[in-house]
Parts: sequence; C-alpha cells; structure tokens
Amino acid sequence: MLLITAIIKPGAFEEVKDALRAAGVKGMTVSEVSGMGRQGGHVEVYRGAEYPIDLISKVRLEILAEDKEAKGIINVIVKTASTNSIGDGKVWTTPVHDVVRVRTGESGEAAI
Amino acid sequence: MAINTGDTAWMLVSTALVLLMTPGLALFYGGQVRARSALNMIMMSFVSMGVVGVIWVIYGYSMTFGRDLDSGLLGDPTEFIGLSALLSEDALFGGIPTILFAAFQAMFAVITVALISGAVADRMKFGAWVLFAGIWVTLVYFPIAHWVFDFDSGESDPGGWIANDLAAIDFAGGTAVHINAGVAALALALVLGKRVGFGSKPFKPHNLTMVMLGAALLWFGWFGFNAGSAVGSNYLASVTFFNTIVATGAGMLAWLLVEKIRDGHSTTLGAASGIVAGLVAITPACSSVTPVGAILVGAISSILSAYAVGLKYKFGYDDSLDVVGVHLVSGLAGSLLVGVFASSAAPAGVDGLLYGGGADQLIKQAIACVAVIGYCFIVTFLLGKILDKTIGIRVKREEEIAGVDLVYHAESAYELGGVFKGGR
Repeated sequence: MLLITAIIKPGAFEEVKDALRAAGVKGMTVSEVSGMGRQGGHVEVYRGAEYPIDLISKVRLEILAEDKEAKGIINVIVKTASTNSIGDGKVWTTPVHDVVRVRTGESGEAAI
Repeated sequence: MAINTGDTAWMLVSTALVLLMTPGLALFYGGQVRARSALNMIMMSFVSMGVVGVIWVIYGYSMTFGRDLDSGLLGDPTEFIGLSALLSEDALFGGIPTILFAAFQAMFAVITVALISGAVADRMKFGAWVLFAGIWVTLVYFPIAHWVFDFDSGESDPGGWIANDLAAIDFAGGTAVHINAGVAALALALVLGKRVGFGSKPFKPHNLTMVMLGAALLWFGWFGFNAGSAVGSNYLASVTFFNTIVATGAGMLAWLLVEKIRDGHSTTLGAASGIVAGLVAITPACSSVTPVGAILVGAISSILSAYAVGLKYKFGYDDSLDVVGVHLVSGLAGSLLVGVFASSAAPAGVDGLLYGGGADQLIKQAIACVAVIGYCFIVTFLLGKILDKTIGIRVKREEEIAGVDLVYHAESAYELGGVFKGGR
C-alpha cells in the first residue's frame, strides 16, 4: 500500500478532486498548507511599502492506494494539475505498513 | 434670550452623531489590526468614552470653557465643577441649553483621545492606556481646546488665545482635535517603540469590511462634528455640512489615484484612509471655503497623507494605523489651506492667499498649528516617558506575540469553534 501526497496550486484543486472521483478514487484528505519551492516568493506592495512574500499557499492531498492503483492516480493528478508553469506542485508516494478502518477493525487493503 | 427649539433639536442630534464617531473609530481601527488584538483596539476607543466622559463632568468642561485664568491659556477648573451650575433653564449658550453645549463638546474630547490609540496598536498595557487617557486629556486636550474653542463672551468671560487674540480659523477642530491627536500619537509611538516584526511584515488589516463600516460611521458622524459646530440649525450648518460631503469624496478619489499610480492597485483601506483624510482636512476649513475650495482642500490633503503614511518605515516610528500620516498631516494641511483657499463668499467671510487676502490668515493659521504641535509633543512625550519609567506602558514580548486580547481581556474576537470545541 502507498500513501500518495500531492502538493498542488489552490486553483487546480477542484478540477483535480473531480477528476480523481471520476477515476474511482473514494477517499482523500485535504489540507490548506503554505510552503516554498522553486517558484520562490514574490514582492508585494501594500500602502507604499514593499514586502517579500516567501511562503505561498498550496493545497495538500493525501490518498491511500493499493500499489497497483497508485500509478493511475498519480497520472490523473499530474495531468489535471499541470499548467506547464513553475509552482504547479509535486506528487510523491510513501510506503504504508498497515491501514485499519476504525469502525470495523478491518485492516490492510480491505480498509482502503 | 430664550431657547431656540430648532437649534436645540439639531444640537441634540449632532451630539449623538459625534458620539457615534467613537464606536465608528473603534471599528475602523479594530478591523485594521491583526485578529489577535482586535478587541483591545476596540476597547481603547470605548474606554475613552468612560474615562473622558467622567472627567469632563468633574473638571474637564470647566478647564475648557470656564472663565479664563490667564492670557487665554486655561479655563478655571473649579468654576463649573460637577456641572450643577448648568442646571438651569436660563443657562443658555446662544439659543441652546449650556448643558447641551457641554454634552456636544464632551464628545470632541472623547474622540480626540480615542484617535491616539491607533498609533499604539498591539503593544500597550491596557491599564497604562486608561491612565494615559485620563492624564493626557487633562494636561493636553483641555488646555488646547480652551485655546481653540472657547470664544470670548463679553468682558466677564474671556476665552482662549487662538480663538480670540490670534483669530486663527479652526471651525471644528483641525488643530485641537486632529493635529493634537496626530502629534500625541507620534510622541507615544516613539516612547513605546516598534511592534515585533514592524517593517518586515505587512501587518495587513484582518477585517476590511469592518474598516469600511467604521469609515462609513465616521463620515456619517462627522456631519454632527462639522455642521454641529455651527451650534445652530442654520445657513452656517448647511454650508459646513455640504463641504463635509465634497471634501471627503475628493479625498477618497485622490488617495485611490495615488495608490494606483504608486502601487499599481487602489485598495479598500486606501478608500477608507482617503475618506478620513478628507474629513480631517475639511474640519478646520468647512466654514471658510467654497464647495470647490472644499474639493481642493480634501484632495490636496489626502494626496499628502497618502504619501506621508510611508514615512514611518523611513524614519522607523511605528505609527501602527497611520494616525500621524492621516490626522497630523491632513489636519495640518487643512488648517494651513484655510489661509490659501478661504473665500469671503463662505460664511467665515475671510479671503485667503488665492482670493486676494494676502498671507495674513495663512500666518495666523501657521502660528496656531506650531503652538499646538509644540505644546502637545513636549507634554505627551514627557507623560509617556514618566508612565513608562514608573508603571511601564509596553506589554512583554511574548504577550505581544500571543496577542493582547487574551492577555488583557481574556477573550478572542473570533471564537470559531474548531476541532477541539465539540461537534461530531
């Protein structure tokens, strides 16, 4: 089993979510995050003074998937979120040792 | 002379309008700070209504409008102590009961103190603010208001020197209220020092809809402030009322234009600031300029203020919500521009520089401004220093970072629930 973590632009979130649902993904956890990367920051001008903004808002998606499903899910995210510009985000996977459904106690792939 | 019911009705309404400016200011300021200190910001304005209101009854009115003690500098604090002496149907000020005039003027003292609080956002001990409010209004506001607002009424009741001996024109308080509050704000901000993170973070307003509501209430209340200063329901009130509309509109447009050119976008906060700058500027001038003059006074002052709000970063004083940039600068500009744009077509009947009156009025205006700036800065700075050395006026660094609302009021402006507050 794998945990897919995707960091994407907030503006891409709704489309990615809809595409994932259409592709049969049943569950995900979403959080609003900020961070920095190659996009770098920008300078904001407010009331005549300039301020460097180095943290940028992003959306983080977390999806548990069976090993054989992961590749397809990642493809959907990358295809939908890409605008071919810097700052579109990143997707990565981490191995998951076990998953347990709280309600039933089922574990492993049955709990996804 | 008998009570004039028309005048009395208008002054009752005007007094309520000016009172409303202080809660309006609380919203205007409260929305501009970060969420963690919004309540403290609001409370600094509200508490001024209590502190100054009570002191006004005891000796404040008397210090301001009591018989002059010497050379137009101060009223006798004991003459009207407790204000019982005003409780007579025969105690009249023009056509209105003197007790109503006392109520109207109390509101001016309240808002002048509240205005200062914008410069000390996020970092002043609440108790120190309450104490400062009471002492400052006594040592600085009452004397200056006496200079500016207490006109002679006969041999037996001489008034203040700026109103009578100098004859500078300050219709509703460009010097006594706005320059005064702006200078006090500068002095107190210098004593307090900068907020943690000043200059490196934008400290954007946490609630601009609240700021706009506050600006709207200020504009609305300002009709009482300016047109009410006519102390009558008449032609003078009507002209000052009208000028209060157009100078303010022009002030807003001018600020938005400066921002568009300088920063690339016109902000909501810029609209609110331009409104206040226009209101401040027309305050001293509303009786002495034509409607076109009012537009120029509002626009020029607002442009100066829009550029002045950036100076705090250059010189390193944390005038948090731009009390200096808006009230001192536009108060000064409006007061001086009386000497330029005054037209004898307006009720005050004086010609300024542009209307062939020479520099005479301009010089009088400048003397009044310099006197108020000098006296206010010295006394406020010393008062701030003394309070800081004795009781301490600044909160601890960790309290400032956590937010003064929880530390001083045990409340948060926004209890938004969240994960640990229940729910399924």
